[in-house]
Amino acid sequence: MIGHLTRSERQLTLYMLLAVVITGLAMLVAGKDDSLGVHGALVMVVGIAAIFGVIAEFFEPEPTENRLDSYYDEPSRIGIVFAMAWAAFGLFVGAWVAWQLAYPSLNFEAGWTSFGRLRPVHTTSVIFGFGGNALIATSFYVMQRTSRARIPDQISPLFIVFGYNLFCLLAVSGYMIGVTQSKEYAEPEWYADIWLVIVWVTYFVVYMRTLLHRKEPHIYVANWYYLAFVLIVAVLHIVNNLAVPVSFSSAKSYTIFAGVQDAMTQWWYGHNAVAFFLTAGFLGMMYYFLPKRAGRPLYSYRMSIISFWGITFFYLWAGSHHLHYTALPQWVQTLGMTFSVMLLVPSWTAAANALLTLNGAWHRVRDDATLRFMMVAAVFYGLTTFEGSFLAIRAVNSLSHYTDWTVGHVHAGALGWVAMITFGSIYAAVPWLWKRENMYSPRLVEVHFWLALAGTIVYVLAMWNSGIIQGLMWRTYASDGTLAYSFLDSLVVMHPYYIARAVGGTLFLIGALVGCYNIWMTVRAPRQPMAGPEADYPEPRVPVGSVPQAAE
Amino acid sequence: MGVTHDALVWLAKSAGLFYLIGLSLLVLAYTFWPSNKTRFDRAAKSILDQEDRPCR
Repeated sequence: MIGHLTRSERQLTLYMLLAVVITGLAMLVAGKDDSLGVHGALVMVVGIAAIFGVIAEFFEPEPTENRLDSYYDEPSRIGIVFAMAWAAFGLFVGAWVAWQLAYPSLNFEAGWTSFGRLRPVHTTSVIFGFGGNALIATSFYVMQRTSRARIPDQISPLFIVFGYNLFCLLAVSGYMIGVTQSKEYAEPEWYADIWLVIVWVTYFVVYMRTLLHRKEPHIYVANWYYLAFVLIVAVLHIVNNLAVPVSFSSAKSYTIFAGVQDAMTQWWYGHNAVAFFLTAGFLGMMYYFLPKRAGRPLYSYRMSIISFWGITFFYLWAGSHHLHYTALPQWVQTLGMTFSVMLLVPSWTAAANALLTLNGAWHRVRDDATLRFMMVAAVFYGLTTFEGSFLAIRAVNSLSHYTDWTVGHVHAGALGWVAMITFGSIYAAVPWLWKRENMYSPRLVEVHFWLALAGTIVYVLAMWNSGIIQGLMWRTYASDGTLAYSFLDSLVVMHPYYIARAVGGTLFLIGALVGCYNIWMTVRAPRQPMAGPEADYPEPRVPVGSVPQAAE
Repeated sequence: MGVTHDALVWLAKSAGLFYLIGLSLLVLAYTFWPSNKTRFDRAAKSILDQEDRPCR
């Protein structure tokens, strides 16, 4: 894994890992009576294991100068492997908690398997583990190719990938032992948050440095989205996690915000995590991989610029729609609602741009499941952003809020848009990254596609039904002015939908496992003989007007 | 408290409004500026090139 590093880079890696081990030791000693000590031990073990890994390859021959003639793809390869591993784990936990909701005894009466702890394990694993790794991997891939420049140094991208996964590991293991600051999608405690800031600032610096070395005068629009993602997520993460630890020997901290200001800060963060983590970054993915795979330029580059500025400026104001009918001042609620409705314009511009790009390539969508993943993602992006604008309207929200409708909306976005565009991009990038002609099995890509689509549709339809029924039952009054149904009554009615939801999630999980197997077999496949003296395969050509190939 | 709630509302409703209108105009001008057209067309096509190595 470190064979491509020079001798001095390997030494530097060892020093950095030593610093990680010492930090872990300090956490272990300071927090020996606290869960902080458990995480200290975990950090130490990870650091020591990594040191052994580096030492094992330390005296391997150094790389030659001609490495600079190719893009630096090792971090992208590692990131994709991590992304798929987190997808398998996170979707498994998601399916598990879905079955728990239908059959509560599936928590097996243990603390760490209770719904309240496993639910953030699921969300963090899929959003940050799967989504985050996929974004980091593809952003390195895209920024180098669109800039025609290699990442200037070899260590910092590896630091970003491994450091980010250490953060995810601390987060997920923390929830299971009860470490949380109880902010949705920002649950990790102060020490993990500080670590993420270090990793994330490095990410931003690497991105900027590569762009500064670019040989293309114009910065391709995909990079704008990736950069917005990196920059805004840094701002959101730092502000929302401002907190004071109880002491340096305790994992617990308290946020500096209070009352409704805390709620507003949290949902300014929460909604922009949706906007800049789950939308902007993945739009960057879409604007590169979809035209590339379809073999056609973007339908309208101008439209992509307008939707970029629309999305980045409107989204930042939309968070308060999470706080309708709360202590938040009415005008702030209205502001959030108005911006959410306006967001439909740039969102649909982006979705339409993607679908119009496919004009003239629809035969490829039919035959190529990888491109079809991306097409369906654009459709779900359009659907979900329409639904989101609609749900943000105060009157609609009074029916939908706190019901499963929200859960259905989120999963239409997360499964239909985010996961689909990611799987499409990964299936496109894996053969290019590992220098293979094709995926191991185009047929299995097809199988994955249909499982993922079926799972998403079953999930979303179940939650729409159950959400609207819940909302209506909760607001139905009897003739004497009392509520007609108790909460328990609505829960009983939900049961069949919860089973359907769990079935949908399980289908989606099986699809992802098929994808993991397919990618693993592609990576393991023997390297095809080189066509020429160069060690680098050109990207597979998609000849215009050629006979369409089967599936992949 | 140096800043009152009313002052913030006033700022959001006045300066905030013109800030967004101004920004939209700037973005539209940049997008439709005639001399930018060739650059955008080139960028859209550039990712389809088959070359797969950095330019040194």
